[in-house]
Amino acid sequence: MNGTTTMAMFRDAVLDPAKRAHYRLAWLSTVDHKRIAVLYLVTALVFFVIAGVEALFMRLQLAVPNNHLLHPDTFNALFTMHGTTMLFFVAMPALFGLVNYFLPLQIGARDMAFPRLNAFGFWCVPLGGILLHFSMLAGGAPAVGWFAYTPLSEMPYSSLPGTDYWAIALFVTGTGSISFAINTVATVISRRAPGMTMRRLPLFTWINFVNAFIILAALPVLNAALAMLLVDRQLAGRFFLPLGGGSPILWQHIFWAFGHPEVYILALPAFGIISEIIPVFSRKPIFGYEFVAASSVAIAVLSMGVWAHHMFTVGMGRTLDVFFAIASMLISIPTGVKVLNWTATMFGGRIHFKVPMLYAIAFLLQFLVAGLTGISHASVALDWQTKNSYFLVAHFHFVAVGAIVFAILGAIQYWFPKMSGRMLSESLGRWTFWLMVIGFNMTFIIQHFLGLLGMPRRVYTYPDLPHWGWMNMLSTIGVFFMSAASLILVWNILVSFFGGKAAGENPWKAWTLEWATSSPPPHENFIALPPIRSRRPLWDLANPDRPDPVVGENSDAVTLPDHNKVGILSFIFSEVGFFGVLILAYLYFYAHPQPGPSGKDLELSRTLVFSICLFASSFTFWRAEIALHLRRHRLMLAWLGLTVILGAVFLVGQVTEYWKLFQSGVEVGTNVFATGFFTLTGFHGLHVFIGLVVLSIFLWLAWRREVGAGYGTSSAFAAAGYYWHFVDVVWVFVLLTVYILPLFR
Amino acid sequence: MPSSNALDPQSPLARAIYDLGIMSGIVFAFIFIIVAGGIVYAVVRFRARPGEADPRQIAGNKKVEVTWTMIPFFIVIFLFIIMLSAMNRADPPPAPTPDLIVTGHQYWWQADYPASGVTTANEIHIPAGKPLSVRLESQDVLHEFWVPKLTRKMTTVPGHTNYIWLQADKPGTYIGQCSEFCGTQHAWMRIVVIADEPARFGEWQKAQLEVAQKPPNDATAKGRELFRTETCINCHAINGVPDANVRVAPDLTHVASRRQLGAGIMPNTPENMRRWITNPQAIKPGALMPDFNLTNEEVDQLSEYLSTLR
Repeated sequence: MNGTTTMAMFRDAVLDPAKRAHYRLAWLSTVDHKRIAVLYLVTALVFFVIAGVEALFMRLQLAVPNNHLLHPDTFNALFTMHGTTMLFFVAMPALFGLVNYFLPLQIGARDMAFPRLNAFGFWCVPLGGILLHFSMLAGGAPAVGWFAYTPLSEMPYSSLPGTDYWAIALFVTGTGSISFAINTVATVISRRAPGMTMRRLPLFTWINFVNAFIILAALPVLNAALAMLLVDRQLAGRFFLPLGGGSPILWQHIFWAFGHPEVYILALPAFGIISEIIPVFSRKPIFGYEFVAASSVAIAVLSMGVWAHHMFTVGMGRTLDVFFAIASMLISIPTGVKVLNWTATMFGGRIHFKVPMLYAIAFLLQFLVAGLTGISHASVALDWQTKNSYFLVAHFHFVAVGAIVFAILGAIQYWFPKMSGRMLSESLGRWTFWLMVIGFNMTFIIQHFLGLLGMPRRVYTYPDLPHWGWMNMLSTIGVFFMSAASLILVWNILVSFFGGKAAGENPWKAWTLEWATSSPPPHENFIALPPIRSRRPLWDLANPDRPDPVVGENSDAVTLPDHNKVGILSFIFSEVGFFGVLILAYLYFYAHPQPGPSGKDLELSRTLVFSICLFASSFTFWRAEIALHLRRHRLMLAWLGLTVILGAVFLVGQVTEYWKLFQSGVEVGTNVFATGFFTLTGFHGLHVFIGLVVLSIFLWLAWRREVGAGYGTSSAFAAAGYYWHFVDVVWVFVLLTVYILPLFR
Repeated sequence: MPSSNALDPQSPLARAIYDLGIMSGIVFAFIFIIVAGGIVYAVVRFRARPGEADPRQIAGNKKVEVTWTMIPFFIVIFLFIIMLSAMNRADPPPAPTPDLIVTGHQYWWQADYPASGVTTANEIHIPAGKPLSVRLESQDVLHEFWVPKLTRKMTTVPGHTNYIWLQADKPGTYIGQCSEFCGTQHAWMRIVVIADEPARFGEWQKAQLEVAQKPPNDATAKGRELFRTETCINCHAINGVPDANVRVAPDLTHVASRRQLGAGIMPNTPENMRRWITNPQAIKPGALMPDFNLTNEEVDQLSEYLSTLR
């Protein structure tokens, strides 16, 4: 593959029918980060068209009052699918695609740290998307809204399988997102080129590195919520059903504990894009690099503590309302700092109004509006009027489209030359840009006023009240401008891909490392890297008379942490969120007990015996590692074998405990305690089982002498050990909450 | 024409939120003008001219950064304080016993007046000028009570009671609707609040407490019999009709006195009542009342009977 380039090969393959079959397979089986990135982007584009058409139909239905174009259930399915698809199958894959392509390039890496995990993460997206849309053939698309509030999303009120497909689809794609985040963290920590210290990272890379931690913290929370919803729906569980003692408000807490960070998961990469585009087209470095970088960390931390501003009208009580109000208002400060820094970057610059810069400027103005209307949702009393109205719809579309989509469009125009070797047409790009600006603002500015006039969101039609008719009509007309813009964009991509102007290495005279290689870059990215002493290596190269000041220490001999270790620790970090939610939910229902079986009915002594087996297996694994270290292969085999046996004994113990409970009539749906107990211990058991599979594979490999002292690397083995110890630590907490805590009641 | 315009508050509760909106709006406008002004100024002033070399490379300024971190901090504190005062004015603590209990159902509202025992649906009468403490409940899924001109919105949660205050300064009709998505017919779960002079409100309440009169003629008597023998009484109550006391669906004791049918989907005229009984699913698909396939004659008799229930 050396010497040829990914995109050029793709172009040849398309033009030469004889090569087509071969390259089709090559694309399906690729583990190259650039190809995976392109797959992400193409997938996002396909789903963008689907979700865009869904939006078009919604606006057609709402164009006039008392409209009968669509059945109400169809409309409700459309807004559920539109929201879910746009967030999980358009915005996330589009941004992940850009990160996948440019993050390794910007740090001078040859690929992501885990190329096969990278492919796995990508293929979760189409799998999830297909599952979601398959629901249409299985009785109807979900119609519960993208946040699927319980109890409406529970069996008694939504009995069709659409909601199950929705939950499974999000679980699948959420798992893919977590693996993407693990990979991002490991890549930045373990795959930086010599000289690329953490303080010299381009902002796009830095911000997406921070963002990966938000993903690791937030997505597992969603997965836990979805697992609980599925337990309710499929196993007659009671987590969120008020009739069985469950709590609909608990769903909102868990969902938004994911849902609000999710907004930043989408916004931060957009901030990263803008932080690249504005300096390059203003011909100045970013104003206040440290402040832009640090404010991203502040946003990441604060984003974890603001979720309940989605819940000011459910009756949480004054204290919680006020706490989440001030937390949410505070997050506007680091965000505002970013906007001011971007603006200051333009001051004193020489601004070139190429299409990417046009998008960045529109982003700034529209994001400013989005931020200000956002504060009005953080202000509790204002939210009491504006929430769940079209004012809110307008606000979050200013964030999602006005900021995030505009940033993605700018990024496509900015980086397409690097990905394809061809420039996108500047004139077609301007058409897209201006049609987008007109259409977007026409559709969404007026919706603020519709909301203030009392129009709620998610209604399939509305009465002919004063001003509602023409405002909705205007909003619908705007969609046609955006549709035209999208068509021109697709056309632009097609014609430019096959016949655009050749881009060369660095068409924008930019300064980060992705521009220091051919367009598209060769397999493994770089022939040779320029010296890296500052944040803008290519500026230093082009301006030897006035290079940037050197940032930090210059040391060529850097040993970066092992990627397996970083990867598994990231994974464990994400699992903490998953089990944290399950344990907290268990404790919530422990504090609100229902009649029926409780923790006191569990057999403690037997469980303690099995627990000791599990804890002992951590010790035996440790002995196996020592044996490996001492190069005593047979001893290692023995300790590892014992570890597997002890783990299996624990699982057998758990199975017998379940069996006894079933015999005495305690099942998942018996009461809230039983639902929580089986869910928490069941998911832990599943993790033990997966750990056993992993350890057995290592045992088998060691038996065949492919792993072990003198046979193979021990870093993957150590990673498996981290996971196994973690599973044991989780059991400590489960044991304490489920079995020990009731003793003190 | 009645409206649901939040910018035209008609009670001290809604006005507290409106005033906060105006104050905050002025702050937002001020911020917008300054920042957007800066962006526009930069775009106009610092355009690149052909052939110019790259400008001086300024990488930041700590003093400037600290300044523009602190200023938003003080703005946030200000917005937070005015928010606290508005919260207290717009949503005082509930009274010990509620004056009104509003219950959300898929897709209609039940209103109970515990002091007098009146039960009605979708159209809530209140005495003008008097604040009412309202308890909010739900019978099935989440709903949200929102009458923008009069008070804050609040979710109705099954298994969890919420409280708001409801008040209208002047007599009039104020509209609103469910604002939390609650299923197929979320769009037609509208609310009408009718504020009357206190004396008229008293009369209304007295009228509502009367039981249904004997049917005046043969056809309506047959209608009443149909109401009892068909499945109507499995869900609907009419005070004064034996066994008709299940309140899964709207109480019909005074259905003819209400202005609208189907929680706001059409005006309550005899003709519309006929259409509704003929096939509710054709008018409000997804509503929980099925199509009973009644004959034309039965529809006539039933709707004629219901029209007498004033």
